[in-house]
Amino acid sequence: MTASVPDPLDVPPNPSEPFQPRSGQRGSGFLTGPLRLGTTPSATVGPYLAIGLTWPDGVWAAAEGTEGGVWIRGRVLDGNGDVVPDAMVETWQADPDGRFPSPEDPRGASTYPGFRGYARASTITGEFAVFTLKPGRVPDGEGGLQAPHVDVSVFARGLLDRVVTRVYFADEADANAEDVVLRGLTEEQRDTLLATPTDDGYRLDVRLQGERETVFFAV
Amino acid sequence: MTGTTSEGGLLLPRYLPEPDATRTPVGFPEYRSTGLRAPLRTPVDLPHRLTEVTGPVLGEDRVLPTDADLTWRNGGEAVGQRVLVHGRVLDSGGRPVPGALVEVWQANAAGRYRHVVDNWPAPLDPHFDGLGRVVTDSLGRYEFLTIKPGAYPWGNHHNAWRPAHIHFSLFGRAFTQRLVTQMYFPDDPLFGQDPIFNAIPAAARHRAISRFSLERTQDNWALAFEWDVVLRGADQTPFETDDDGDVA
Repeated sequence: MTASVPDPLDVPPNPSEPFQPRSGQRGSGFLTGPLRLGTTPSATVGPYLAIGLTWPDGVWAAAEGTEGGVWIRGRVLDGNGDVVPDAMVETWQADPDGRFPSPEDPRGASTYPGFRGYARASTITGEFAVFTLKPGRVPDGEGGLQAPHVDVSVFARGLLDRVVTRVYFADEADANAEDVVLRGLTEEQRDTLLATPTDDGYRLDVRLQGERETVFFAV
Repeated sequence: MTGTTSEGGLLLPRYLPEPDATRTPVGFPEYRSTGLRAPLRTPVDLPHRLTEVTGPVLGEDRVLPTDADLTWRNGGEAVGQRVLVHGRVLDSGGRPVPGALVEVWQANAAGRYRHVVDNWPAPLDPHFDGLGRVVTDSLGRYEFLTIKPGAYPWGNHHNAWRPAHIHFSLFGRAFTQRLVTQMYFPDDPLFGQDPIFNAIPAAARHRAISRFSLERTQDNWALAFEWDVVLRGADQTPFETDDDGDVA
């Protein structure tokens, strides 16, 4: 290469602009912060969710026949108080020892016999029903224990994203009184999350709208 | 360490929320069914604790070998344009999500679902049920072969048609990552009049649209569309750095 050949990359600095360091700037090839991709936007499950989301064993968070198992049942109601028959309710919870069958539990994944911790149920009969074991208490990260609870997602036509709530148990008054989440709610709000004992488990309706609208959580 | 919360001495990930400006709202007035269903009160913030950062293990045991090919059912071949749909499941930190269950469902080539509620007069296809399931590989990749779904009318407003779409349901590792969504095809002329598509804030709509992928098109067999799904990621542990600040 002779000195007379111009270097196309040798661009003189523009004196009207401040000095641009080669590193740590947009376009330099270096990230200036953590990589952050935009998440995929949610969409409604629509009316035909049963095609894709029906599992023959969906309702069994605990295996059929597990001793001490309970049914959690309830309706999903719209703003008119009418039953929503095309919703799907999913549940996720700890086992009776307060541990999760998930490798993401930093205490180690539990292997409680016959316990999946997760269930999904449609509301086509007018109500959902999942069979499970009552969860144990889980640390709250503030030195205390949460009351027994089940995380719930509700999906339906007319919901563009899932809505998230929790099931607590009305017969756990002492634990509920100490619960970090319930303590942040009014009594009226708390009541929307308390499942009441029945012959074979518990019952709690999810009210999507209305005077007694269920407390939904931003997670 | 930033980005973690202490759980009785345990360090938990904190899953980052999508900003409201790029996140689908639960309700959208033009999509009429949301009127009596989408909650009206502001949701209560729920900090992520153990229940939220864990999630079920759902993998290969939920999937049959035939679940990745929707074009062959009941001993025969579905009618329609064969398409290979493929992509990766990532988290918002760009990390692949391996072993993730992906469930899909869709209408047939005529825009008809195999469902008792769908009674518009387009033909059912005896060789298409519209259900697929796959699990992502060690690099977060998934693919399935299907036929391109048709558009269909749905009565939301006068002359309302849904753009062609495939429903996706995904589990990541944590309850917070759960996602149900719809994948669209590029340049659909029905986008402009569809309130379900337009409920997505404009800045994020492109994320719901697949890309025609010539490189994966199968010669003499099938077109290909690529669509990456991004689930919420957790705050990262900072990289170790050199003295001069370069990423090690």
